[in-house]
Amino acid sequence: MSHSAECPECAAKVTLPDDAVVGEIVQCAECGVELEAVSQDPWKFARAPEEEEDWGE
Amino acid sequence: MSETIEVSVVGGSGYVGGELLRLLLFHPQVSVRQVTSARLSGRFVYTAHPTLRGTTSLQFTHPDALDRADVLFLALPHGEAAKAIDMFADKAERIIDCSADFRLRDTESYEQWYGTPHPAPEWLSRFVYGLPERNRAAIADSRFVSGVGCNATVTTLALAPLVDGGLLDHAVADVKVGSSEAGAKASPSSHHPERSGSVRSFKPTGHRHQAEVVQELGRGFRLDFSVTSVELVRGALVTAHCFLKESTSERDLWTLYRKHYAHEPFVRLVSGKSGIHRYPEPKLLAGSNYCDIGFATDELSTANRVVTIAAIDNLMKGAAGTAVQCMNIMLGFDETSGLGFPGLHPI
Repeated sequence: MSHSAECPECAAKVTLPDDAVVGEIVQCAECGVELEAVSQDPWKFARAPEEEEDWGE
Repeated sequence: MSETIEVSVVGGSGYVGGELLRLLLFHPQVSVRQVTSARLSGRFVYTAHPTLRGTTSLQFTHPDALDRADVLFLALPHGEAAKAIDMFADKAERIIDCSADFRLRDTESYEQWYGTPHPAPEWLSRFVYGLPERNRAAIADSRFVSGVGCNATVTTLALAPLVDGGLLDHAVADVKVGSSEAGAKASPSSHHPERSGSVRSFKPTGHRHQAEVVQELGRGFRLDFSVTSVELVRGALVTAHCFLKESTSERDLWTLYRKHYAHEPFVRLVSGKSGIHRYPEPKLLAGSNYCDIGFATDELSTANRVVTIAAIDNLMKGAAGTAVQCMNIMLGFDETSGLGFPGLHPI
């Protein structure tokens, strides 16, 4: 059975694979953010760390 | 509807005429009957539109030889369609006029923004403003549909969810535009040494397309509108600084925009958190009918500032693409028919 939870950035429904585990990294299809599954029952996501662009500083 | 219809393009030698032909020649339910041009009468259409070489044997017809058709697309210089609208209406059951002649609903507004009395004021109320995302039902029921201003389209679509949601107090919109907006005729400002590499404040205030945005979105908010010409051939990008009546999170904006455009086939939300193209980029939309819309909240603002960003191809969603979308709606065709091209990457 697939699992899903809300994207913390854009509130879209994000689906996890059947065999997902805590720590799984998935991408939100709508806003593109990389998410880490931080807990289950219920599943919750946090934004995974990414490198930022830095122009002109 | 599965029938095939006959359409003609009046004034087909310009950039919008060329885009109309590129779309209509490959539309599964359309046969292009005539393309008119006084200057190029008798010449093959690839003379003006080189990418159509080998795809059609059509030659430009003199405007005086215009026959009847099911639909006429008018792609004439501004002012020309209105002068001859009675004649055109005798030639076709339906008309889609890509010029600015029939976009504004009242003569006062037309005179204020265009500086002259309207040549055919009795026709203004017969036309529907041809932006499906605002007027789909009226377009479906109408015989006469106007074109849309490209800068107006990108701004209207960017702001509509905030306005309709009652959130917008005022917006300061700057539209960066490509050179094809100026049309196929050369001018001193399009001369290569003048145009190349420039970032020219073309119309910091008083751009005519502002009137279309206000007409379509209403007067419930204040709009400041500027247009800047940049180093692009195709494309329009609006950066709109929106000051909201209340603090709104980015999640709430996602929900608002997602709901507003849930059933729109040519609006995509592009407000990414990763990758290179996180926000709308007109370059990627060249040749496509999409309008990409993004937004970002300003966490440091004390005035509830949200920046909305939207991009289109000015010749497509800002002109010919929307005109064909309107034709599809008027005729009961699949709204996306002939308009599936998603753009190119890299380009």
